[in-house]
Amino acid sequence: MSVPLLSAKGLTVRHGQLTALHGIDLDLAPGEVFAVVGANGAGKSTLLRTLAGLHPPGGRIRLEDVDITGLSPHERVRRGLVMVPEGRRLFRSLSVAENILLGTVCGRRGGWDLDRVLELFPWMRDRRRERVDHLSGGEQQQVAIGRALVANPRVLLLDEISLGLAPVVVRQIYRTLPTLLEGDTSILLVEQDVRQALRAASRFQCLLEGRTTLAGRPGDHTAEEVEAAYFGFAGTATA
Amino acid sequence: MTEMATREGAADESPAAPSQVSGVRIRRSTRSSRLAIAPALIVLAVLAYLPFLFAQDTTNTMVNFFILLVLGMTWNVLAGYAGLVSVGQQAFLGAGAYSVLWLAQQGMDPLAALPVAAVFCGVVAIPVSWLVFRLRGGYFAIGTWAVAEVFALVTIRSSALGGGTGTNLPGLDGYDPVTLGALTYWAALAIAVLTLLGSYLMLRSRVGLALTAVRDDDHAAEGVGVRPAGAKRVVYLLAAIGAGAAGGVLAISQLNVQADNVYGVQWAAYMIFVVLIGGIGTLEGPIIGTIVFFILQQTLASHGAWYLILVGLVAVVMALWSPRGLWGIAERFGVHLFPVGYRVVHPEESQS
Repeated sequence: MSVPLLSAKGLTVRHGQLTALHGIDLDLAPGEVFAVVGANGAGKSTLLRTLAGLHPPGGRIRLEDVDITGLSPHERVRRGLVMVPEGRRLFRSLSVAENILLGTVCGRRGGWDLDRVLELFPWMRDRRRERVDHLSGGEQQQVAIGRALVANPRVLLLDEISLGLAPVVVRQIYRTLPTLLEGDTSILLVEQDVRQALRAASRFQCLLEGRTTLAGRPGDHTAEEVEAAYFGFAGTATA
Repeated sequence: MTEMATREGAADESPAAPSQVSGVRIRRSTRSSRLAIAPALIVLAVLAYLPFLFAQDTTNTMVNFFILLVLGMTWNVLAGYAGLVSVGQQAFLGAGAYSVLWLAQQGMDPLAALPVAAVFCGVVAIPVSWLVFRLRGGYFAIGTWAVAEVFALVTIRSSALGGGTGTNLPGLDGYDPVTLGALTYWAALAIAVLTLLGSYLMLRSRVGLALTAVRDDDHAAEGVGVRPAGAKRVVYLLAAIGAGAAGGVLAISQLNVQADNVYGVQWAAYMIFVVLIGGIGTLEGPIIGTIVFFILQQTLASHGAWYLILVGLVAVVMALWSPRGLWGIAERFGVHLFPVGYRVVHPEESQS
């Protein structure tokens, strides 16, 4: 790989006595979808929150070959590192449109704007003035994605976008991923739904208890290998 | 943010984005807000002319009205938009009153000292914010109250500022009572109008949207690039400036400053009352709440404890029946005099 768009070296995160991440390395190439999979408590969300600047890490994080380890979350958003958080985390007293516009507060200029988000998710046109707590889980997830898109991310961090959603809604959301890659965006997604994640990603990394247990391309590993790395049943394999 | 900053600029309605794929636009005003502009200007003109129409007793009452209105509006922005439920804004009310007193003792005209006192309160709020922003929720509320008590205790220890018994405000001998009453009234009116305009402009700006996000979920707001601490600090400083200016007017209107009065926790109760009655999280709410409070006060003050019981009862009934306050009822019918939200309008809607 040439210079990665986003790279993390030796990321270590501690929550008090507990070490949530043990020296994780990760490289994201321009224009790729990269999946981080793992069971509950594997450290996936901690990894994403650390990349977004919400946890201070040990190790280094570089975006477009610039060290951003010490940058605050809003400075990272300004540089194009934008997260769709687990559980959507929408702002309940704001309307659909206001939630999306909030993404422009610190975001970059670029091809994504409110118009384009309304084109991507046409249902929002008629419901743009509704408060977001009136929406279904899938609709809320799409608002959260729209909010991140108008910040014109270089790297879009998607945290458990399938969580709590019906399979048909999850498929619908995953179908939009190729559109999100248009322009210069790359996607780093974190998922418990391994099958869905590996279908969407060109490369993946499996975490277990804060350590990488498997990494590579989805086609390079059997389902058994992935399962073993996911649950820690058997010996670990490294790509 | 640059896109949104452009949208917030000169035009009330502007393109949502440069690409204009489908041409949606952002509209900030509502029909009711546009209709309210002319009546609001007439009310303002009448209020400005009031000292020529009524006796000084009336204008003195109106000064107290404006002081409470300013406190209510600033507390509303703090609690209703930034989620900072402070019980200690009287710290800045007192600091403003004592700043005017100290500046007058140094030979400055008390009326000219008002802006200086307001800015001083803003400066004092910076280190105080570092302290109290370490606390959250109920701890923040109690912490701000403790800060107000510390301010009072420190002030009482200064004999130059009158100690515990207070002292008269010097520097006003040159004014005849009628002129002084009118000038105090206009100062109070100007501060109230500036506070309302300042709050409106701030809440219409990106800070307003960011504040609402922070109030709803500060961690999520941080995740989308908002700086929760920065947004909250801006509001806290502005609220301190408003409360400081109100305290300065209070000192001038009462012609003396006493710590028990200006630092009293009853001010916090009044602020909370007018905001809850009128409607928290709306700019119109504190105006309605202050009017209701003054009507109750003027009609029931002679009934002693019954007045306080009734005021408390009104607050309880409103909290149970209409948590969004009296203005919340008006909002159900789509009435917004000071709209701060973003309304996305389709081209076909613009044409209709």
